[in-house]
Amino acid sequence: MTSSGSAFALEISHLKKSFGGLVVTQDVSLAIRPGERRLIIGPNGAGKTTLFNQITGDLRPTSGEVRLFGADITQLAPYQRAHLGLSRTYQIIALFDHDTLEHNVTLGLLGLRPSRWQMWRPLSHYRDLSTEARRILDAVGLLHLAGQLVSDIAYGEKRRVELAMALAQNPRVLLLDEPLAGLSNAERATVKQLIAAIPRETAIVMIEHDMDTALDLAETVTLLNYGRVIVDGERDCVVADQRTREVYLGV
Amino acid sequence: MKWIAAVLFTAMLVLLPSFAGDFYINLASQILIAAVFALSLNLLVGFGGMTSLGHASFLGVAAYISALLTSRYGFAHGPAAIVSIAGTTAMAAVFGVIALRASGLGFLMITLALSQVLWGLAYRMSNVTNGDNGIAGLTRPMPFGASLDSAASFYWFALAVAAVAFLMMTTFVSSSFGSSLKGVRDQPRRMAALGFNPWMIRWIAFIYAGFWGGVSGLLYVYYNKYIHPTSLSTTSSAEALLGVIAGGSGTLGGPIVGAALVLLLKNYASAYVERWNMLLGLVFLFIVLVMPTGIVPGLNKLQNRRRRSQ
Amino acid sequence: MQFWIIQGLNSLSLGGLLFLLSSGFSLIFGLMRLANLTHGAFFMLGTYFGATAMRAYSDLSIWAVAFGAGVAVAAIGGLFERLVLTRLKTNPLGQVLVTLGMSFIISDACLMLWGGDSIPVPTPPNLRSPTRLFGLVFPTYRLVLVGCAVAAAMLLYLLLERTRLGAMIRAGVDDGPMARAVGIPVSNLFTIVFCLGAGIAGAGGVLGGPILSAYPGLDGDMLPLALIVVILGGIGSLLGAFIGSFIVGFIYTFGTALFPELAYIILFLPMILVLAFRPQGLLGRLGT
Repeated sequence: MTSSGSAFALEISHLKKSFGGLVVTQDVSLAIRPGERRLIIGPNGAGKTTLFNQITGDLRPTSGEVRLFGADITQLAPYQRAHLGLSRTYQIIALFDHDTLEHNVTLGLLGLRPSRWQMWRPLSHYRDLSTEARRILDAVGLLHLAGQLVSDIAYGEKRRVELAMALAQNPRVLLLDEPLAGLSNAERATVKQLIAAIPRETAIVMIEHDMDTALDLAETVTLLNYGRVIVDGERDCVVADQRTREVYLGV
Repeated sequence: MKWIAAVLFTAMLVLLPSFAGDFYINLASQILIAAVFALSLNLLVGFGGMTSLGHASFLGVAAYISALLTSRYGFAHGPAAIVSIAGTTAMAAVFGVIALRASGLGFLMITLALSQVLWGLAYRMSNVTNGDNGIAGLTRPMPFGASLDSAASFYWFALAVAAVAFLMMTTFVSSSFGSSLKGVRDQPRRMAALGFNPWMIRWIAFIYAGFWGGVSGLLYVYYNKYIHPTSLSTTSSAEALLGVIAGGSGTLGGPIVGAALVLLLKNYASAYVERWNMLLGLVFLFIVLVMPTGIVPGLNKLQNRRRRSQ
Repeated sequence: MQFWIIQGLNSLSLGGLLFLLSSGFSLIFGLMRLANLTHGAFFMLGTYFGATAMRAYSDLSIWAVAFGAGVAVAAIGGLFERLVLTRLKTNPLGQVLVTLGMSFIISDACLMLWGGDSIPVPTPPNLRSPTRLFGLVFPTYRLVLVGCAVAAAMLLYLLLERTRLGAMIRAGVDDGPMARAVGIPVSNLFTIVFCLGAGIAGAGGVLGGPILSAYPGLDGDMLPLALIVVILGGIGSLLGAFIGSFIVGFIYTFGTALFPELAYIILFLPMILVLAFRPQGLLGRLGT
């Protein structure tokens, strides 16, 4: 589904990534509108996380462009992209295990504030950060664990902390890398509810390799395989597409 | 309960000269100097996750600048101290840019190489540094006209400086910058995704650590009234690193305990054992094999176990 | 002109010695991801062994002494590796620290056993008479050292490229976890390589004796050179160690001859520059 116009939240143009002779991302172009809910699916090894890493700046593409609300961010460092409204969660949970949940979310809040450079006042003196962090934890249903260490909580709860940290940044584009991976059915339902409740100011791009789990959260779907875009468009069209069946059934 | 202990401890520190002889007062001064040095290194190692084997550079350079300015160029101690600290901090900024091109082992090797270069310079540029003879006959400053020549007066001076250092570092570590430094230590990629600039955070921490390393260098040269290239050697950096690791790098108290331990071993061992370096090496092996997280965390664990079983 | 030729030969012979020193260091670094800070001490231990042996029995073959010292140092290295290093597999920083500690122990032990004075090592009698080449006179022993390095390089090359052990070592250097997964006994390999590296250093120490003498602090002088060779030449690369050794040999010899006060800067600057500007190429295997 392509449309002309520069009013895209996230625009990827002819992105290519190769490691030596191995081409992992081949001529990928995507356009995501503000507030859109996009699902990127594809079998393991299709290059989904590599694509995310090029969007966030953890990897430099071999060629191609990434634009965030029209601004070319292809050469920007990851932390600079965060300041432009990009936020992500990780497939493999990357939290601060030896810190409390509240501290984890506080860091998510601190990253975009000038006060993060301050060296004289204890962090605990920033009451507004504490209040806000607790509010966010409440929104994901984890306020009762605010004082617990991340290493002591359950896996499903950690996934919600990941989400909380990303939302703390109030992103304009949120990248969710397999947010439902490894969750039980009940936990999955909880997280899906939270994702569905994210306000429309935030465009969401979600990776899942199991098509069915996140389908109802998506408006548009992109199918990747071997680093290429195979099908791209409205959810129901992609699901019904013959090529989608081929990729998943190997026919 | 903790307050009472803290007050008693502080009182004991302040009143030490009234019940201890000069030998012990001087030993305490040396411990204070080593503690400031170790604390500054710990900012890098424990809180920044950057293990450096070249921290003695900052101690040595600050000491040498002060020594040269006061003995050869007729500077008063005040201006000399300012130039010395400014110079050391500037050097830390430059070293940091170079060393932070790598991380982990590469960082370690660059810091080792940089300090070796300085040691080599101190050793060989005899017309400037007096080479292997070192620079002797130095004087102690006279803050507000008071003499620091007696053991007790220097001790109180060192105690005051160490107290300020400790307080400032405690504040630093619990501040938002300190939290972001610890975050970068633990999950640098995550921190970048949150909007923190990992390189800048590490670089600033490196400079700050160099600053306090320089302060300890001034204390060092004032105490000894003498400076020698050994103070810049890898052994000197290694002793500080051992103190930090032995005491416990994740804490603020650990490096102080560790530095004291290393110093006491050095002073007492040299009375009984000629081979201090061998002992140092064996202690290294012992600590790393048996108590990798250090003494203070080990004691904390014991305390927690006792509490749970009660 | 004479100056340049003499210094040139000195550079070559130092380069040869450095290869004997750093080939082991490079292998250990490449396979075990360990910066073995004990390596200079292993070399020095060999030099002291050689000094004692050659001074006591002047008709001993230096080759036999080198071999014997190599075996002895390899044994010491092996014990250290088995007893200490294997316990620190999950603590790479700890590994570096214990090798530092071990270097202190060895260097102090040498001080204790051999005293603080420099012990000159006699050049083997059959290699004392100078060689005449192209109308110029060269000290024979220095030429021999270059030959030793070349011989050692060829032997190591054959070992690595033509033997099963070598293939296993190369696999371990390229991809440790993968090598384990296919059943290569990596921890035994570690011990073998560590012994091999230490042994070559020890043997090199003996051969270096006539040129360097045995003195306290030799380890501290040699270790940084090994570091520089490996950084310049590339970790785990035999060819890199070979080329790097001679580059450093030239830099050090001419640097010390022409600018003695700046010797350390001249020496370390290339290393710092390489680390600073090409860290990914050389250190991409370290850490992440």
